[in-house]
Amino acid sequence: MTEAAIVVDRLTKTFRVAQRRSGAWNALAGLVRRHYRDVRAIDDISFRLAEGELLGFVGPNGAGKSTTIKILCGILEPTAGQCIVGGVVPWRERVRHVARIGAVFGQRTQLWWDLPVIESFELLRDIYRVPPARYRQRSDELIARLDLGRLLGTPVRQLSLGQRMRCEIAASLLHEPRVLFLDEPTIGLDAVAKLAVRDFVKTLNRDHGVTVILTTHDMHDIEALAERVIVIGKGVILADGSLASLRRGALAERRLWVHFAGEPPTAIELPGAVVRQRQARSIELAFDPRTTSAHQLIASVASTFEVEDVHLEEPPIEEVIARFYAQHEVDG
Amino acid sequence: MIAGVVRPYHAVFRARFQLLLQYRAAALAGFGTQCWWGAIKVMIFAAFLAGPVASPMTLRQTIDYIWLGQAFLMLLPWSADAELARMVRSGDIAYERLRPVDGYAYWYARAVARRTATPLLRATPMVLLTGVVLPSLGLGKWGLGPPAGVEAALLFVASMALVVALSSAFSTLLDVLVVITLSERGVNILVAPLAIVFSGSLIPLPLLPDWLQPFMQYQPFAGLIDFPFRIYGGHLIGWSAVAALGRQGVWTLILVVLGRAIMRRAMARLETQGG
Repeated sequence: MTEAAIVVDRLTKTFRVAQRRSGAWNALAGLVRRHYRDVRAIDDISFRLAEGELLGFVGPNGAGKSTTIKILCGILEPTAGQCIVGGVVPWRERVRHVARIGAVFGQRTQLWWDLPVIESFELLRDIYRVPPARYRQRSDELIARLDLGRLLGTPVRQLSLGQRMRCEIAASLLHEPRVLFLDEPTIGLDAVAKLAVRDFVKTLNRDHGVTVILTTHDMHDIEALAERVIVIGKGVILADGSLASLRRGALAERRLWVHFAGEPPTAIELPGAVVRQRQARSIELAFDPRTTSAHQLIASVASTFEVEDVHLEEPPIEEVIARFYAQHEVDG
Repeated sequence: MIAGVVRPYHAVFRARFQLLLQYRAAALAGFGTQCWWGAIKVMIFAAFLAGPVASPMTLRQTIDYIWLGQAFLMLLPWSADAELARMVRSGDIAYERLRPVDGYAYWYARAVARRTATPLLRATPMVLLTGVVLPSLGLGKWGLGPPAGVEAALLFVASMALVVALSSAFSTLLDVLVVITLSERGVNILVAPLAIVFSGSLIPLPLLPDWLQPFMQYQPFAGLIDFPFRIYGGHLIGWSAVAALGRQGVWTLILVVLGRAIMRRAMARLETQGG
């Protein structure tokens, strides 16, 4: 086990939210006396992350993902608890800490809106005090790998979202951080742009050993990238493990599509399997792989009916996660 | 070594400065308005001072004060940085906190760009028109005259440098307050009239009632217009002028310390808007 890059210990963050009931009288009353309610954005969160790990951070809106990331970035101070990133307490030594991390917040921009992309890069070079030779080498490499060559002279406001996101990712890496925080980096992107982002992040993590924490609502991001997933809901960690273990816990069933040569049978009785849905020439069966084996099921279907083709499926990851949220009553 | 320390701040200053120099249409419109307004004020004060009144300032000093005031109007800390305000509201401010720089110095560098680029764009045509074109048309009496002397000119330059420092400290304080109030409007509405009245932009401070003078000369806004322009016309000379520079410096320091303290508190309680 390599040394821990990130240690999070019983982190809690409470926000004070001003409350006001509707109506003119209450609005006036609010001028004199305000009511506040404490909202726990995250509540007693702990985990460790080894150097070079890629962690997927998943949860419904308002679960506390972004708050956690912002604390780890040194932007917010927690109400209680401790965390150490690369040997530093982020909010206590903010300047030293942020010089060594990179971050992309998918819904925000760190590029200067009115400037051409290359000028934003040069500004970041100076802000992070990157030596000129080092910068040339690094920016050339990022420009080539993210295919930014033709975008460099364009003002940021004229870029498409996909183009901008590639530039944002390059911007977050100019100073060669060892830890990268990606907060919804694929939000709003089309399929091609998503694939490009995933590909790049994967290489960065695998070939360059950069530790990555990724939050996303796109479960395909997680499927493509993360070996480890933390599911967070209402501010607490609900699960921490591999995607496979999450699947086993939430929705273990597998599905068998049976395509018939002729009309599908109106009734189908097979031990350990239930019909999920029917189509013109096919039937989808669901079964629990822990009690029923796939090949037994296929054998008994094939021996009973005239079967043209079968294929096995796992429930889509979105369904698994939706089921998981429902089980923990955290769905939105 | 020092070059390395100031590099980020210099970079952000340069970028903002270059960007602000591009707003030429706004500068042109402002130039038109300020010529008109300046001309009216010159005529009003000429009428006032024409009679047998004992004025604390000569007509020459008053006219210079008015034209310089119009030329350098944008040196006044009118308003908070609209882009920073937008960043506070949208949550993009998170990225500002991600930079390995002193947050206050970084915003101060932005403010210096705002308080140099925009005034430069406005002042250049105004000074050319009132200081060169009007005299060459034989209207020198109504235009901007030369400084009262070499000493006045040197002290004026030093005082103008301090105006930039002071005005930038004011501006940064406004920016910091926007982090707390989330909107620049309230801050702007409060500060703009104060700046216009107490700096001497509306009426030269020496022309205000005598009983107000002790207060006027020690409040921070006087260092934005009144001191340098009175130095220029020879109204503020010798040790009084040097003391005025000292007051500009002291107010700058006070505002910087105050701005830093409020920023530290505001950032510790920062809640990023919209998740």
